[in-house]
Amino acid sequence: MFVLFCPHCGEKREEEEFGYGGEAFIPRPATPEALDDEAWGDYLFMRKNPKGWHWEMWSHNTGCRKFFVVKRNTATNAIAGSWTLAEGRKAYDAEGGST
Amino acid sequence: MSSYRVRRPGARVDFDKPLTFSFDGQAYDGFAGDTLASALLANGTRMLARSFKYGRPRGIIGTGPEEPNALMQIETGAHTIPNLKATQVELYDGLVARRTTGWPTLEFDLKSLGGLFSRFMPAGFYYKTFQNQKLWPKFEHIIRQAAGYGSAPSEPDPETYDHSHRHAQVVIVGGGASGLLAALLAGRAGLKVVLLDEQNECGGWLLSSPHSVIGGEQASAWLKSAVGELQSLPNVQVLTRTSAFALHDMNLVLAVEQLQDHLPIADRAAHQPRQRLHRIRAERVVLATGAIERPLVFGNNDVPGIMTASALTTYLNRYGVAVGKRILLQTSNDHVYQGAADLARAGCEVVLADTRTRINPAWEKRVRAAGVDVRTGFGIAYARGRRAVTGAQLVKLDAQRNVVVGSGPSIDCDALGSSGGLSPTVHLYCHDGGRPHWDEERLAFVVPEAGRAKSGIYGVGAVTGEFGLQNALEQTERITRELLSSLGKSAPTSSGNLKTDEPDATPARRIFRVPDGRAEGHGKKAFVDFQNDVSAADIHLAVRENYRSIEHIKRYTALGFGTDQGKLSNVNGFAIAADVLGKSIPEVGTTTYRPAYSPVTFGTLAGAHAGDTFEPRRYSPMQAAHVARGAEFEPVGQWLRPWYFPQTGEDLHAAVRRECLAARRGVGIMDASTLGKIDLRGKDVREFLNRVYANAWTQLAPGKCRYGLMLDENGMVMDDGVTACVADNHFLMTTTTGGAARVMTWLEKWHQTEWPDLDVYMTSVTDHWATAAVVGPKSRQVLAKICSDIDLSPSAFKFMDWREGTVAGVPARVFRISFSGELAFEVNVDANYGHHVWEALMDGGREFDITPYGTETMHVLRAEKGFIIVGQDTDGSMTPLDLDMAWAVGMKKPFSFIGKRSFARSDTAGPNRKQLVGLLTDDPQIVLAEGAQVIERADVTPPAAMLGHVTSSYYSPELGRSIALAVVRDGIARRSEDGHKSGRDLLYAYAGGKAHKVTVVSPVFVDPKGDRQNV
Ligand SMILES: [Zn+2]
Repeated sequence: MFVLFCPHCGEKREEEEFGYGGEAFIPRPATPEALDDEAWGDYLFMRKNPKGWHWEMWSHNTGCRKFFVVKRNTATNAIAGSWTLAEGRKAYDAEGGST
Repeated sequence: MSSYRVRRPGARVDFDKPLTFSFDGQAYDGFAGDTLASALLANGTRMLARSFKYGRPRGIIGTGPEEPNALMQIETGAHTIPNLKATQVELYDGLVARRTTGWPTLEFDLKSLGGLFSRFMPAGFYYKTFQNQKLWPKFEHIIRQAAGYGSAPSEPDPETYDHSHRHAQVVIVGGGASGLLAALLAGRAGLKVVLLDEQNECGGWLLSSPHSVIGGEQASAWLKSAVGELQSLPNVQVLTRTSAFALHDMNLVLAVEQLQDHLPIADRAAHQPRQRLHRIRAERVVLATGAIERPLVFGNNDVPGIMTASALTTYLNRYGVAVGKRILLQTSNDHVYQGAADLARAGCEVVLADTRTRINPAWEKRVRAAGVDVRTGFGIAYARGRRAVTGAQLVKLDAQRNVVVGSGPSIDCDALGSSGGLSPTVHLYCHDGGRPHWDEERLAFVVPEAGRAKSGIYGVGAVTGEFGLQNALEQTERITRELLSSLGKSAPTSSGNLKTDEPDATPARRIFRVPDGRAEGHGKKAFVDFQNDVSAADIHLAVRENYRSIEHIKRYTALGFGTDQGKLSNVNGFAIAADVLGKSIPEVGTTTYRPAYSPVTFGTLAGAHAGDTFEPRRYSPMQAAHVARGAEFEPVGQWLRPWYFPQTGEDLHAAVRRECLAARRGVGIMDASTLGKIDLRGKDVREFLNRVYANAWTQLAPGKCRYGLMLDENGMVMDDGVTACVADNHFLMTTTTGGAARVMTWLEKWHQTEWPDLDVYMTSVTDHWATAAVVGPKSRQVLAKICSDIDLSPSAFKFMDWREGTVAGVPARVFRISFSGELAFEVNVDANYGHHVWEALMDGGREFDITPYGTETMHVLRAEKGFIIVGQDTDGSMTPLDLDMAWAVGMKKPFSFIGKRSFARSDTAGPNRKQLVGLLTDDPQIVLAEGAQVIERADVTPPAAMLGHVTSSYYSPELGRSIALAVVRDGIARRSEDGHKSGRDLLYAYAGGKAHKVTVVSPVFVDPKGDRQNV
């Protein structure tokens, strides 16, 4: 049970207020029909699932209902920060994240 | 007073407050301040348990949570608690305790017969013996009974439990000298401090050595003023009888506070909780958890009367109990010397056998002055005695290597204490992923003093290996100052004089297993883990059988797996394994622990989340109407919904039969208020719906509704429901009752992450509307009686239309939709009018014999029509095509809606898909079990190839026979369209050991053309 900071509410809250939203920055392909099965399968199923730092989404389910981005260490549950989706994208790109 | 009682100045028992209690049916005396253990020892009770595997007599070894033997059943009936450690049970007047081990009786334990079991039960006994799994059921009962370990209460728990959620700047775990000093410094700096101590009062080891000196005053005086000052500080809370049992992510400390366990049952306040769970989120955690002395491992070291040396000291100084008159102490270190002197001064005859040849001269002088007979260079080869220790045989040890070099004296004693060193209580540090490291000089796994300061976790005192009092206090002051500065504070004043009267420590001998001159396994049994009867020889055996990892050795021998969590045994076990393996202790492995530090009762973990308050219960606005009509209810998620409405003498089947026929032939009414409802507004809602639903929404005009299938991106059905167009930029979506919250989050995710440009606003309105579904051929006539401003005629108000109007005098939205296949109207009104409108419909329907029905009839009616329940007839692997619902998929929509691309994936588009079908049993009276496997032939021996399974199964009153829905491989192609039975349409449904012949048919059993809903 950890504590997350919601960048929309501006507050630290207990984990139970939030829902996990999966790995962040997996954009939906603009033209799904143009993808072959393998590429579409990658989008559907393939996730980084690292032991260590992970960019992920959380949703403030019982608060503002907004999705936001968290950088969390999956091994230690240390949290490097919370951002709005747009700000998180910038921070992710700034450290060289790729899509 | 019993002859074992000693009036010790500074003792914490009150000799002016005598108590009585019973143990195994016999009455005993004790005093306020005793634990059950100290009182039993004072009464001369030595044997109070039988060991787990061998049935050997066992007695008390420790003074706290480390106790492996003295497991007690406390109280009787509903208040009974199994497996409490006698060392942790505070004595109160009238306490009732029973032993938990020994079968059939404590005096005569079957397992002890001639070492009978000993030969049969080596390490790995269970693995070896019950490899043949058929044997286990025969022996399980007898083995479990013989093993003992208490019985769970059979009555409901009469007591209540409480949870407290809180925040603190500093949580200090442990109220010994270091914890108190840390609390004083942090408290004086004005921080919000919570100090937790598991005992009935703070003090830790100071309570066992009240005559030590701190800063020129006696420890007892220092303790009193420290506690007094803490209590005077409003920003400091001291919680005693509060055991911190877990440390989780981000410094979440879980602690259980015993509020009433120490009171006689009659004196407990019924309106107060028995225990309280504290969930404390801390900015900083200070572990001042101290250390637990570990015994040495020697032959017969489990005979009652043999304890840790520190336990003998604690029973003497804290509880006023001299466990023996003639005491033999065996040590490898300095820690026992103070206690040896105290025992001698209290009148005991004390022999101190130190395994070292060079001992601490300052200590030697002190104990000799007190009259202790000190023998150096000796180890105990084995103890004598069976039900109580009577003496021990010493052997001369080599000065360096742990081998026997000569014989030693035989010494008589009636109590024996040993010390192999101190094991820091590192448990909490491990819970959060921390790893203690092995300190070869201190012979202990220790927490580094800065702990994990980055995460806000610090260690002070003995838990870091600072075993000397003065060193511990000086270190605590230094570390606490670091902690304070990390919070922007400084300790305002000096901590005062922290000088103590201890001599400087000298090195301990590195010895765990005392040698007896014989090969391991050939001498007397030497126990490492008392609770699980793991001996040094068992660890040798495990290594001989090629277990190399300590984790495997632990599991093979059960080392450290008891309720004491290996508090006494882990280090000895590791060290012995390391010696056999020829490795160092860190090479063998680091120790780790998981929550809970000590057992916590389920009641405390549950708190108020039990019984009626287990979770929130949601009721529809018409609940009172249903109760008044005698409904039986069933939970659906958090909702409680009417299940059926029995009339006098009716069971479920009779009621459902009557309700079904009413809805099919007359008129029924059902409460549909629980359906999830989401109000969507914005100019792009129509496009949004096009993307999140399989259906097309472009053409849906205001006043119309449509059934929609919601898919996940894999193309699988995840929810369904009817959505109405209120206006071009305003829609009302309904979801399944259980899926409402999930769908809302799903829609928000897509809108926020992928399509923030779409102008859409979503609001959950589930609780805002009450919905009554009026169902059946006569439903129009019923509605007409209480609604005059909507033209209900078939030509004006068609199937899948909705209208706004007035029903029973209140504003209403009426939807002509049907989940039964009959003519039906769903009347939606403001939730506050729900009950009123329900009663108005009942009144209006009286002349038509309107019949309320519940979820069971709803299920029968929808199954007769082949309407799916998402999550029952689908399981996350069904596409609309698998459900034969291509009509609900808008393949021509320009936007590639969620799930569409996946239809073309090779697996989704391939053959052998499981598909929804109807099943008819050959015998129309047989109602198949839901979950029954569909197989090809009747004469199969499992495992058979499974073609699918039955998802829904009912008796249909309309058809006078059973019906079932199932998902079956290639099911659609197997359907018999005209009832002929041949080849592929003949299958079997297998459940409960029987195979029933079934015919695969269309899932629409009633009114296949759908005429009835269009009248
Ligand atoms: Zn928020």
